[in-house]
Amino acid sequence: MATVLRFTPNLYRHLDCPDTSVAGATVREALDAYFQANPRARGFLLDDQGAVRKHVAIFVNETLIRDRAGLSDPIGEGDEIFVAQALSGG
Amino acid sequence: MSDRLLVGTRKGLFRIARGEGGRWAIAKTWFLGDPVSAVLAEPGGSRRYAALGLGHFGVKMQRSEDGGETWSQAASPTFPPKPEGLEDKDPMRGVDVPWSTQLVWTLECGAPGELWCGVIPGALFRSTDGGESWELSRALWDDPRRKQWMGGGYDFSGIHSILVDPRDPLHVTVGVSVGGVWTTRDAGASWELIGAGLRNEYLPEAMAGDPLVQDAHRIVQCPAHPDRLWMQHHNGIFVSDDGGAIWRELTDVPPSSFGFAVAVHPNDPDTAWFVPAAKDEKRFPVDAHLVVTRTRDGGAHFDVLDRGLPTEPAYDLVYRHALDCSHDGLRLAFGSTTGSLWVSEDQGDSWQNISRHLPPVLCVRFEG
Repeated sequence: MATVLRFTPNLYRHLDCPDTSVAGATVREALDAYFQANPRARGFLLDDQGAVRKHVAIFVNETLIRDRAGLSDPIGEGDEIFVAQALSGG
Repeated sequence: MSDRLLVGTRKGLFRIARGEGGRWAIAKTWFLGDPVSAVLAEPGGSRRYAALGLGHFGVKMQRSEDGGETWSQAASPTFPPKPEGLEDKDPMRGVDVPWSTQLVWTLECGAPGELWCGVIPGALFRSTDGGESWELSRALWDDPRRKQWMGGGYDFSGIHSILVDPRDPLHVTVGVSVGGVWTTRDAGASWELIGAGLRNEYLPEAMAGDPLVQDAHRIVQCPAHPDRLWMQHHNGIFVSDDGGAIWRELTDVPPSSFGFAVAVHPNDPDTAWFVPAAKDEKRFPVDAHLVVTRTRDGGAHFDVLDRGLPTEPAYDLVYRHALDCSHDGLRLAFGSTTGSLWVSEDQGDSWQNISRHLPPVLCVRFEG
């Protein structure tokens, strides 16, 4: 199954991460597939335990994922995963 | 002579260099916009390390092989997987201690190719390959007393000071906020809690002398006399002549013995500098008069130095890593929360203001 993976442009300063297509039945599978080819990206999105970083938000289509630790939210053909940042700091 | 200085700030890394006429000025900038929480210049070498706290996207280590001309992302200290079901709660608030690096607080060189890194939450990492990879010091992290470390101004405890014994790089001593002073003789395989004589007066009296609850703000070691340590503690100033086993408190230090930063002369163990503040909930210069204090006799007397420092009211706080002494002991530099930076070329007798408009200064280090 192919899912579109997009990143906030705020990441472009740190990572070369154009929109891409990934395979997987869950967000975890899709991201793991992406990290295999782009290992540097993992630490920007996930903390040391593999959970979504506190100030990173992951949407499937327009819905925030529910399982920020296990990333078990299902995805399907034609879905879009969008990695955003929850603005904070100063 | 150190003519260059690395300054890590809330909004980037700056090189300050000495130019014509002895005027220091910004010579280079890197990582503008990103907090640089720790910086390290390899003594006598061209490697530089900078720890970036990218907020949303976590801690990232940057390394340069050419004195800062070019940088590339290197490995960040990363915690191992937390065992399923393990309870690891912060003792103050009962919340889970994250097994994930929140902040790189300090970086030091050890033996050739060896680096040490202190982070929040309170943990120590070691690299034996120049920062290609990092390993958690498991013996310290797994010590049951680690779970009593309380933390101070940050949400979790942290390791802010790492002293590598120049006579024996296996002998490393670390300072923990708030968790005392710990030392290893085998590069981290085993640890001993030390610190007799320290006193934490904001805790219940029966606890105040417990080495485990000591609130060291910063500890430094005289490289030429490694048994001499100086500590800026939350409570005041302490000095040790035996590598941190026993400490004595220096009282009545004018204008205040509260502060965060301390620097020691590399060759003269009796000379040390501090930047005092009104204790302890106020944290700005006493009477809004920014000064540096210096002892030249092991703490018996202190000079209060202010030539070249602001004559108008000043509300600068100097963080624990934002005061440094050059390797020859002649020059000093410190930066503050107001984005001001000063350099002294005469061991603190007089100061040159370099800028009042930097981002808040987090760390300062001489190069070379």
